[in-house]
Amino acid sequence: MTDVLEHPIETPSHGHEEHHGPSGILKWLTTTDHKIIGLSYTVTSVLMLVIGGLFAEIIRAQLSTPNGSLVSLSQYNELFTMHGSVMIYLFAGPFAFGGLANIIVPIQIGAPDMAFPRLNALSYWLYLTGSITMLAGFFTAGGAANFGWVAYAPLSNSINTPGAGADLWIGGLLLTGFSAIFTGVNLCATIFYLRAPGMTMFRMPIFTWNMLVTGILILLAFPVLTAGLIMLYCDRHFGTHIYSVAGGGVPVLWQHIFWFWGHPEVYILALPFFGMVTDIIPVFSRKPVFGYKGMVFATLSIAALSLGVWAHHMFTTGVVLLPFFSIMSLLIAVPTGIKIFNWIGTMWRGEIWFSTAMLMALGFVVTFLIGGLTGIYLASPPLDFFTHDTYFVVAHFHSVVMALVLAGMAGLYYWGPKITGYLLNEKIGKLQFWFLFLGTQVFTLPLYLLGLEGMPRRMAIYPHDPQWKMLNDLSSLGAAMIGISTLLFVVNVAVSWKKHPAGDNPWDGHTLEWFTTSPPPHHNFYRLPQIRSERPTWDYNHPGHQALAHGKHAPAVPAEKVSTS
Amino acid sequence: MKVEAKMLLGLGLFFGVMCAVYWNWSLENAGGVMMFAGMLLCFLPGSYYYFWSRRMKMRPEDDPNATQASGAGVVGSFPGTSIWPFTLAMGAFFIVLALVFGVWFLIPGLGLVVWAMLGGTAEGRRGGKV
Amino acid sequence: MEIPTLPPQGVTAHTRRWRRVCKAVALPLAALALSGCTVPSFGASEGVTSTSRSTYHLWQGFSVGAAIIGTFVLLLMLWAVVRYRRKGDNIPEQSQYHLPLELLYTIVPILIVFGLFAATIVVENKVVANPTTSVTIDVNAFQWGWKFTYPGSSAVVVGQTTQDPVMVMPVNTDVHINLTSTDVIHGFYVKEFNFSRYALPGVKNQFTFHAVSTGTYFGQCTQLCGLYHSLMYFKVKVVTPSQYASWLATFNNASSASAASAAQTAQQTQNATHVPSKTTASSGAN
Repeated sequence: MTDVLEHPIETPSHGHEEHHGPSGILKWLTTTDHKIIGLSYTVTSVLMLVIGGLFAEIIRAQLSTPNGSLVSLSQYNELFTMHGSVMIYLFAGPFAFGGLANIIVPIQIGAPDMAFPRLNALSYWLYLTGSITMLAGFFTAGGAANFGWVAYAPLSNSINTPGAGADLWIGGLLLTGFSAIFTGVNLCATIFYLRAPGMTMFRMPIFTWNMLVTGILILLAFPVLTAGLIMLYCDRHFGTHIYSVAGGGVPVLWQHIFWFWGHPEVYILALPFFGMVTDIIPVFSRKPVFGYKGMVFATLSIAALSLGVWAHHMFTTGVVLLPFFSIMSLLIAVPTGIKIFNWIGTMWRGEIWFSTAMLMALGFVVTFLIGGLTGIYLASPPLDFFTHDTYFVVAHFHSVVMALVLAGMAGLYYWGPKITGYLLNEKIGKLQFWFLFLGTQVFTLPLYLLGLEGMPRRMAIYPHDPQWKMLNDLSSLGAAMIGISTLLFVVNVAVSWKKHPAGDNPWDGHTLEWFTTSPPPHHNFYRLPQIRSERPTWDYNHPGHQALAHGKHAPAVPAEKVSTS
Repeated sequence: MKVEAKMLLGLGLFFGVMCAVYWNWSLENAGGVMMFAGMLLCFLPGSYYYFWSRRMKMRPEDDPNATQASGAGVVGSFPGTSIWPFTLAMGAFFIVLALVFGVWFLIPGLGLVVWAMLGGTAEGRRGGKV
Repeated sequence: MEIPTLPPQGVTAHTRRWRRVCKAVALPLAALALSGCTVPSFGASEGVTSTSRSTYHLWQGFSVGAAIIGTFVLLLMLWAVVRYRRKGDNIPEQSQYHLPLELLYTIVPILIVFGLFAATIVVENKVVANPTTSVTIDVNAFQWGWKFTYPGSSAVVVGQTTQDPVMVMPVNTDVHINLTSTDVIHGFYVKEFNFSRYALPGVKNQFTFHAVSTGTYFGQCTQLCGLYHSLMYFKVKVVTPSQYASWLATFNNASSASAASAAQTAQQTQNATHVPSKTTASSGAN
């Protein structure tokens, strides 16, 4: 039935070298193994999640009274700037495309490593130094950057924001930007050139597909940001007037450049997490992903549309073409909707196992549904005029990014055992899920109402409108619940440390990473199964249960087959 | 390789059409230029893959009926351990610090970058440690 | 072509399930239809300008759509989660594609999107329309306050942060606003107008309000503009045209410029404790 052959690249020399390599800190500094780099990425980015989360908790505490005096006005500006920057630049992206993707993608396609292992190591070190650079702003005299994570010119010029904090922000972003570009190159090259025999493009797991599209989007978007930042730096220090009216420049140009990066960046953040969920839901439903090809085309069309929607962040500037960006942005709802229906279709008539990973994935779908539906409002210019820069927008994208956090947690619970070799505690995991999921809703839903009541974002105090206190308090309660969920995750990691060995395939997984050992050996595989579908490990473990084409039903022969009635 | 080519060329084509519509409609240059560049960035690797997909034999990873044995041979050269990425990143770090704190940071920065480039290249010449 | 081998009882169960799903979808819809024209506000308010009302109706339309789609998807999910819990070690049928269904949930959303887009365009054209008007107000935002100038008269209102400068405008009249900024980007946002627009340096943003009821409404800067962003308030006072005319006349009677600046200085000293370091003179003048 299914042949198993020694993987040809597995030679004794690799194991040999592994034993004689450096150890300890030198191993960490010199490694080019994608699994160790990916793990470093994951740990660093989760640390960034905790740091950014701490900023968020301070922000919520400040807003729990109308005249909050926990932090000063300028400290508040620094806090929300760095909260946004840390979460977007240093957590969400690197966690996905540097962390889990780095570990999982090569294994999912049967590759021994990333295509450019040393470039991969460089990516991580640039990311780490970039993170340190950006956060170092807090230790300078003028404090960290305080112009918001979008750094709109001319607020970000040297007159309105002098000081080293802003420059460190730019510098940190340059470093992490290059890190992202190198990772993008690496992902594309790996997926194009290092697939195992038989792993055709349309047999790649959806997570790998999404990472490929993410890689392409990184290559399209990040160079624009880097160029924009260099011009911003020149404006600040070399007397150019690219973004300042005084010298004949155009402030809105920064917004064009920033959002031309910024909106694809939204999908750079989101697609990896979509991919994680699309890998997790089928495994725990014991079915192939519903509409695999539709899923791939949906991902590609999100990528295609993402380059033409940037100015929906700029509707209220009054200088952009409203109908074009409105229809392009609305159209993105279509592939996103396809994805949601495909996830439901996957669960339909499945056998759903509510592990922590699956619960987190379901929590993702619900939260993302809320974030997605409210996103449709914002694609309509009149409604954007109405809600722009109010808490409605804040609530919308926090629904989206908290959904991504849920998906990321799903990914950690799902792939963590593969990476470390040990299972995480399911009881604490489920408790964490409820805190995270309910906390997210308690946190975001009041913010929608606050936005509709007219509370603008980035307000340190709201003395005119003390009636906003109640909704703010509710939201702060949600933020506290999310904080508790993060603590629970840390506790879970500590409690489950090296306790319950996972085995090679704890979830009855579908894709190649579940075929190898946990953790995988150096260069990943001792052997590979024949690859005849996007579920090689499933096909190997369950011969006779291949995915069925439309209109086909399984023959009644197999003994284990029980009617689903 | 055909799928890769089709995907990239398709994306490029879409960006091209979108760019034409947008640029003609809005007469706004920044976005038009960026979309045009996005199109070129897709056409560049896309046409490369298209070129080779017509001239190469089907690779085992594109063959739906490939056996694992068909991939036999050297997959590629994978270095074992290397200190040069870390050195290079430290160089870049110092260069960025020079942007903020003063030009003198360029001395260690550029020094480390040059050192890492030489070291990394020499290591590459040795063929890494595969 | 293989013949489906589902057992007959499976088919009836399937049909019964579909009927139940249809009922679940139809009931809330019917309830909504019966409740008639009173579409809920979904948290927004209709505002006090003609365009704010159009925006509000668009908001209601989008919200009804979102509520229906959201409820439908959540019910589908809930059903799947409750109905298909794992009960044993069965391997369910490995069906992967259902082309008609996939096409359905591709084409229907596209149609919905074009419907939403059409509604958007209709309202957008109303909101961004710039008819010729008799009343014009030049609004100039600066760090951290507002300056309202009335071309054709000598009326000027300036105020910073908590001084809450008041923009006076007549009711039932098209009022043309020219919005710009002297330094960084600010956001001109009046909640009751359901509208906001950036004040960009070097750009004159133009839009028109047609207020339909008198009153005083709060406005606020929504775009982060530096240290005192949270305190950059203003007020909009909508008055009857005759009140508006007499208000304008007060500026013309007094030797206008000096009177305005005197009033302004008085106000400034009064609020000195709240005023940030920058003075009106330095930021408002250039």
